[in-house]
Amino acid sequence: MTSFDILDRRSVPASAASAATPSTAARFRVWRGISPSLVLAWLVLATVLLWAMAPGLFTVYNPVEGVPGGQLKAPSAAHLLGTDSLGRDLFSRIVHGSVHSLTGALAAVGVGLLAGTTIGILAGSVGGWIDDLLMRLVDVLLSIPTLLLSLSIIILLGFGTFNSAIAVGATAIAGFSRLTRSEVVRVRRSDYVEAAFGSGGSFVKVLWRHILPNSLTSVFAFTALQFGWALLQISTLGFLGYGAPPPTPEWGLLIAEGRNYLATAWWLTAAPGLIVVIVVLSANRISQSFGRAGS
Amino acid sequence: MLKFVIARIGQAVLVLWAAFTLSFVLLQAMPGDAVLIKFLNPEYGLSPEQIAEIRADYAVDGSLFAQYAASLGNVLTGDFGYSVRAGVPVSAQLAVNLPATLTLASLGFATAVILAALLAFLSSFSAGSRLRDLIQSIPALFISIPVFWLGIMLIQIFSFRLKLVPVIHPGPWESLILPVLTLAVPISAPLAQILIRNLDEIETRSFVSVARAKGASRGRVLFRHVARNAVLPVLTIAGVLFGELLAGAVVTETVFGLSGIGSLTERAVSYQDLAVLQAVVIVSAAIFVAINLIVDLAYPFLDPRLKPRAGA
Amino acid sequence: MTMPILDIRNLRVSYDANVPHCAVNGVSLQVFPGEVVALVGESGSGKTSIAQAVIGLLQGNGRVDGGAILLNGTDITRWSQKRLDAVRGAVVSLIPQDPTGSLNPVMTIGAQVREILTVHGKARGKAADRRVIELLTKVGLSQPEVRARQYPHELSGGMKQRVLIAIAIALEPALIIADEPTSALDVTVQKRILDLIDDLRREFGTAVLFVTHDLGVAADRSSRLIVLKGGEIQEEGATADVLTAPQNTYTQRLLADAPSLSAPARIVRRSRAGETPLVTVENLVKDFALPDGGVQRAVDGVSFGIDPGTTHAIVGESGSGKTTTIRAIAGFERPTSGSILIDGLDARTLKGETLRQFRRKVQLVYQNPLASLDPRQSVFSIIEEPLLNFAPVARDERARRVAAILDRVGLTQATLARRPHALSGGQRQRIAIARALILEPKLVILDEAVSALDVTVQAQILSLLAELQADLGLTYLFVSHDLAVVRQIADSVSVMHEGRQVDHGSVEAVFERPTSAYTRDLIEAIPGRRRQAEGARSNPSETAEGYPA
Repeated sequence: MTSFDILDRRSVPASAASAATPSTAARFRVWRGISPSLVLAWLVLATVLLWAMAPGLFTVYNPVEGVPGGQLKAPSAAHLLGTDSLGRDLFSRIVHGSVHSLTGALAAVGVGLLAGTTIGILAGSVGGWIDDLLMRLVDVLLSIPTLLLSLSIIILLGFGTFNSAIAVGATAIAGFSRLTRSEVVRVRRSDYVEAAFGSGGSFVKVLWRHILPNSLTSVFAFTALQFGWALLQISTLGFLGYGAPPPTPEWGLLIAEGRNYLATAWWLTAAPGLIVVIVVLSANRISQSFGRAGS
Repeated sequence: MLKFVIARIGQAVLVLWAAFTLSFVLLQAMPGDAVLIKFLNPEYGLSPEQIAEIRADYAVDGSLFAQYAASLGNVLTGDFGYSVRAGVPVSAQLAVNLPATLTLASLGFATAVILAALLAFLSSFSAGSRLRDLIQSIPALFISIPVFWLGIMLIQIFSFRLKLVPVIHPGPWESLILPVLTLAVPISAPLAQILIRNLDEIETRSFVSVARAKGASRGRVLFRHVARNAVLPVLTIAGVLFGELLAGAVVTETVFGLSGIGSLTERAVSYQDLAVLQAVVIVSAAIFVAINLIVDLAYPFLDPRLKPRAGA
Repeated sequence: MTMPILDIRNLRVSYDANVPHCAVNGVSLQVFPGEVVALVGESGSGKTSIAQAVIGLLQGNGRVDGGAILLNGTDITRWSQKRLDAVRGAVVSLIPQDPTGSLNPVMTIGAQVREILTVHGKARGKAADRRVIELLTKVGLSQPEVRARQYPHELSGGMKQRVLIAIAIALEPALIIADEPTSALDVTVQKRILDLIDDLRREFGTAVLFVTHDLGVAADRSSRLIVLKGGEIQEEGATADVLTAPQNTYTQRLLADAPSLSAPARIVRRSRAGETPLVTVENLVKDFALPDGGVQRAVDGVSFGIDPGTTHAIVGESGSGKTTTIRAIAGFERPTSGSILIDGLDARTLKGETLRQFRRKVQLVYQNPLASLDPRQSVFSIIEEPLLNFAPVARDERARRVAAILDRVGLTQATLARRPHALSGGQRQRIAIARALILEPKLVILDEAVSALDVTVQAQILSLLAELQADLGLTYLFVSHDLAVVRQIADSVSVMHEGRQVDHGSVEAVFERPTSAYTRDLIEAIPGRRRQAEGARSNPSETAEGYPA
């Protein structure tokens, strides 16, 4: 306690200076505060995003049509990650596949975020029997293990990238609603929200000005975390064969295809898997930084 | 206290019923004849008597509500219908496959707990050193690895490269080593994260300083004071861990070609075998609800703060 | 000359943060057998760091940079934790600040007292059990056998502090470090706990290093006084000398600002007989439903009136119902029965739009300024917000009013762009006051509004409040547990105990002729009184008005 008070007071002049005139020194200080791993995480996500938007910039090979006679080549200067059983360049397939994996994960998180926060905000801010009802519904969603729930939805909707995204998104709803509700309830109980009502604020104004901005910070951190999680789930469904059909170069499917050549061409499974690990790690690292800024 | 127990059991039953309804809506609420068409396929070789039995079982000729009621009645008596693919009752299939999955899951869970506890206590003991950052990043890495890929990589490394675990004709235990490891890694990660966070948080409480001020050693304080307070809240995620364990079993059994509930589920989805999938969903929901019920009812006995006040 | 038990030489302690900062900067002090040395200072003075350094338990990133700590003549500064374990508890023990957080919630009381005996191998088995009961009896716990089997949550704060004292004295150490041992407790409990520490200390001849922010407590209980500020000693001497003739300007200010030591009732009492009271509370009752279906009466038949332009105080300890009373008056809680009339409006019947309009007249200032300000808003938008809730005010008119009120509460315009976390506690509370005043309310309710502040800051805020009242004709309802503060600023007072109003009237009447035994206890327990009484005896020229500033 004691030390915090002093630090707090000391930081006043520094932060005031940087707020008024963002001098070079202040900017330098900001950069020094950011950890290299966070910068790396953002770089990874930016690269993968570029792969999805403009794959042509990164590779010249066709991801779907192979070169006859060029099957199962080991990694080389011409083929960075080698070629698969049909002679297709693996790096090109990974780059072109990013759009499927990323949009799948984004759509899934979008579904979860939209439905989940709506339920959470409603339950947390209105309260009463609406809260009880919504939270019991969430309990029901939670009672079915996530993979089984998404498998059930996939059976209902059929296989495919988009359907598997919805299936994964549906399983994220419960987590989003619980977090949002608990955050809204936490903020609602705070003195500053009561003070806002006390100074004559109406329900809608207080919700908009105080409750939402303060409760959504950790929801955003959770969103980044869920993005990584959704990517894993989508690739799992792809691996099991319920996602995009071949020859789509979706990352989970790439691993499934490479698996048959494990003894002879191990890089076919290792490389796409590593990409998934790196992207998920980056998303989690970014989520962590959001969490810290929010607290 | 009794009132609380009854209310809590009632709530569990309600959630379970709603879960059944949800699974019915997702998997069964289609015209009865659509279900029956699959059974009429001569490949299954069902006799006319069996088909008639199925008709009655599913209340195919009745309304949607009649089908729902029949289906609920069947489930309550342990009858999950017929597997379209295998042509045998689903309950028989579950019974055959359960032991293998149970062995895999319990070994995987035990390994995960040991792994997580090891990481958490190593992290606690390495407070203030660089080693701690390294240890704390391990769960973050574990949580980012696709389970199926991990399984494949383990086969690649331990079986193909190092030739430590035979792929062809392994012994009954040898064949379990890699699957158990594969299953344990993703389960241990959230466990370790929660344990580490709790340990760190409890370390800052003033009762820990008081215990140290009594002259108790660091080890004694860690095990007698910190650990118990840190481990208790982990129980609340037991249900979620069960779900993870089941999902892990689906993937692990598929990757390693083991038979069990997991691979049964995987085949059920591939062959659109709705009755099997629905049975797995309902049974796992029942287990989930039961675990949470037990945790909720047992918690007051483990944490004295939640025990109803006696006198005082 | 006897050897000191504790001899601190030029101690320096710092914490590794982004910017390493020095908490204790060259402090030297000695504690001799049997004496009580009070270490007094405001937050950030380094007093707690010194206490923690002595027992070798600095928080996570803290470290001793230099100097020496000698215990019975042995330098323990560079001892390993393992070596220190033998000393802790046996030679030096600790009475911590927060009794609730300081006992392990999942261990029985008996087991926690027993631990100190077994760790040092002083007793085991049946003998240890007997010793535990002896110790619990010694610290004045009733039914010690029952207590030993109970868990911390089943005991009150005062009882828990007694248990912690039992642990601290178990091995009859030479030195006890008492780190704000009573600041989390109610004032009557505080007095009993301090008496207990005094008695035990005398019995065992133990020396005490008493860390406190409360000069009144230090004045009553210590033989020597050390005043700290910013990690350095400002003044040191026999308690009586320092209090009567402080040499250092900081000590002088601290003494002047301490309500319990400064002159009581210096303000001119306002009595406005014949005027209609602004607030009339009659027979207020508030029940809360308990989860088991029962009903708890939090407020039971409270009645009082407040004349316009005066200050009424509600005094009580935790659980007395004072907070529920003011929340009902502020319109946040619906009373079960009784009436609340504010400026002609019945607060009980308010709903929706009328309630919103009512809020213009009644504003609440909270205890914890940081919690009552939205961390994401700038100071400007915090103060501006109430204006946006009512009839539209043009943008530049709003800016003008915000600037004016900021000036009024004594803050510079540069504060406007900042966020609450970048401000000090006193600045934050000024902003909360500014937000309350911008609607030009008639009644301002101050809920322990100065309790969380350091004594010098508290004095500044209190004088700001007095100034605003004089200039704007405000009426205050002031809720506090601190009788000394109440005596200083209030005109009339209600004393609450267990939901009931046990005393009511003008401040002079209640303080000089309390009608209830509870109020007498409460007044008796004000820290600093003992010193004042002694001072009056020994120095007749000084009247009961206390010490000259």
